Amino acid sequence: MAQPTKSVDRRGFLKGAALAATAPIAIAPQARVATPANVTETTAGTPFGSDPRVTERPGADFMVDVFKSLGFEYVFAMPGSSFAGIHESIINYGGNRAPEFITCCNEESSVAMANGYFKIEGKPAMICAHGTVGLQHATMAIYDSYCDRVPVYVVLGNTLDAAHRGGEVSWLHSVQDAASMVREVTKWDDTPQSLEHFADSAVRAYKIMMTPPMMPVVLTADTEMQENAIPSGEHPRIPKLTLAAPPQGESGAVAEAARLLVAAENPVIVASRAARTPAGMKLMVELAETLQAGVVDQHRRMNFPTRHPLNQTLRAGVAGKPTTGAPVMEADVVLALESSDLYSTVRQAKQRNGALKVISISSLDLNHKSNYQDFMRYTDTDLSMAADAEATLPSLIEAVKRQLTPDRKRALETRGAKLAQASRQAQQKARADAAYGWDASPISTARLSAELWAQIANEDWSFLSDTFWIRDWPLRLWDFDKHYQYIGGSGAEAVGYMAPATVGAALANKKHGRLSISIQTDGDLMVANGVLWTAAHHRIPLLILMHNNRAYHQEVMGIQGLANRHNRGIDRIHIGTKIDDPNIDYAKLAQSMGVRAEGPISDSKDLAAAIRRGIDVVKRGEPYLIDTVTQPR
Amino acid sequence: MKHLWVVLAIAAALSDSSRAQEAPNAENGKRLFLKNGCYECHGTVGQGGTGPRLAPRPLAAPALTAYVRKPANGMPPYSAKVMTDSEVADIRAYLATIPEPPKNLPLLNP
Ligand code: HEC
Repeated sequence: MAQPTKSVDRRGFLKGAALAATAPIAIAPQARVATPANVTETTAGTPFGSDPRVTERPGADFMVDVFKSLGFEYVFAMPGSSFAGIHESIINYGGNRAPEFITCCNEESSVAMANGYFKIEGKPAMICAHGTVGLQHATMAIYDSYCDRVPVYVVLGNTLDAAHRGGEVSWLHSVQDAASMVREVTKWDDTPQSLEHFADSAVRAYKIMMTPPMMPVVLTADTEMQENAIPSGEHPRIPKLTLAAPPQGESGAVAEAARLLVAAENPVIVASRAARTPAGMKLMVELAETLQAGVVDQHRRMNFPTRHPLNQTLRAGVAGKPTTGAPVMEADVVLALESSDLYSTVRQAKQRNGALKVISISSLDLNHKSNYQDFMRYTDTDLSMAADAEATLPSLIEAVKRQLTPDRKRALETRGAKLAQASRQAQQKARADAAYGWDASPISTARLSAELWAQIANEDWSFLSDTFWIRDWPLRLWDFDKHYQYIGGSGAEAVGYMAPATVGAALANKKHGRLSISIQTDGDLMVANGVLWTAAHHRIPLLILMHNNRAYHQEVMGIQGLANRHNRGIDRIHIGTKIDDPNIDYAKLAQSMGVRAEGPISDSKDLAAAIRRGIDVVKRGEPYLIDTVTQPR
Repeated sequence: MKHLWVVLAIAAALSDSSRAQEAPNAENGKRLFLKNGCYECHGTVGQGGTGPRLAPRPLAAPALTAYVRKPANGMPPYSAKVMTDSEVADIRAYLATIPEPPKNLPLLNP
């Protein structure tokens, strides 16, 4: 028999065995360090990773105890040898319950699924990945969650001790400082050196990630610590988790904000990531009603009911993005709650009205990183609170109530009536606008949205994709009044977020029996369409309607703009931007992964029946995809 | 068909004098509307997208031509080098063929 050319550790061994089942594997002799008491020693002198001894109580079991103590419902992961110890303990020792292992096809999807899950459930999920090649995949989605202020608990596998790495693969998958790659875009990380240290850092990481501004954290779990027995005599302790109460605005600043708001003739509340929870949405309504002030929802979360009479979002122009529309232009006081781009929101209004007062409540003032530029341009404000908006709302509402005189209340009611009228007109206009292109083929995004609404309006539904790409039609036409009915889009505007976030969010909706739906862009799905398989495999009910415009359409417009400006080649924009020739058959793609599907549908008259068929399947607990060929936007 | 002829006649009447003798061609206009990328921002039937709605009832020919040469804000300019006046007139003719949207659609009731 031929001699092997390289030694491999167990990870490498498994991989090698899969590649060439007949190739013999040589194991380089190497002494193990300790022989804990609860290890049954069968062979001495074998290297780490091919240790044939039985280990009754591996360190990973304790790690799973720690994860269980933190209450994780799911772990999203593509399997990887550097965290195989944790994987094995989760499924065997932990019984694959809390956390349950959700098989993902790409670490980027794992993180985005955890993001979507959090936005629905309000609870974080964990993900596992190799400290090297897995984290490299996951990085975009971690940055995305960082920008989106979503906590994701990232557990990395890594073999720190070079003396105990096996062969080539093990070395390639090892790194000095795994978390360094994402340190700029995470809130905290650690590489624990013992199980006691692991528990300490695991609980600390959870607490830090859950304190606003919420962001991902990283815990690197050493492979040896996972796989080897808990050292005899050691009884590592799991510390008690007590979440920090979120930071509230300072009382003097809150009183001053209330004074400005009560005195204002035209205050407007602009909310981006204000309502972290359903309670936040209720508080938003209470504040707006107490002040009879208009609200512009920038929709990074579901902040305010779409059909509430004080909702002025439709008058602001494009929902979901910073706005310079009428409600802000007319305002004398802007209250910005967890604004994602305050500068763009108030820039034009400030130019027009130098006396405009801007109040900001944002937990981002508590975050200080410098490399990535998600903090946006510095904005002149008149009052700024480094605080969590949702946590500050109760005291702000109380302060406003204390300052309201009966006279002032009457004046505010008149204002409220005017705003209600304006909001009604804006809704009528949206419905009138939706009729244009009604019978067009490709199908108009307004028609697609209206057809979907007709089928789901009486269900307990949850819409899980960013509406920006379809001109916000659902937000313009539908009645959103629950926090879980919308999750906003990608924090970093990263393509490849939507499909996995949707599936993760649908998983969260599953136990609540909600009808999860999405209108999925084609370019985004093609980044990591393995999530379709994950949805099928884990029986995640979700109705996906494709917004299949057969292009990276944002870039189509961008290149068109440049070509025009450069005064040449205006008809060659399809090169490098279109997703056609051949057209992708999304129904077949989905079917190949076990998702029932139909399409392509280009005639809007066929939509209603297809959506009904889809809902039937989804109600039976499975995903369903309808490929609809749509207008660009 | 009759409707189309009326529309074309009006469109021709409105187009600039240098090419008054040659009626704008709505079919060619449709082709150009797609090929030159107007549909990307305005939708294939001018219903609106990232850019505003253009049809039905498009701007008069001189105003439309002037606009695409020197547009406002987010719209990229189309110079006469890349799209001639007569091509713009054809596009306008296409936009003028687009009918009013249906009224009282049950799906668009509140
Ligand atoms: C990259 C996107 C884009 C493309 C391509 C584009 N437009 Fe526009 N267009 C816009 C935007 C955005 C506006 C609104 C600009 C503003 O007022 O801020 C606009 C406005 C217009 C208007 C003015 C509408 C009105 O009622 O004021 C006309 C007419 C128009 N476009 C025609 C065209 C034609 C014809 C083409 C193709 C030859 C075209 N556009 C291609 C984005 C685009």
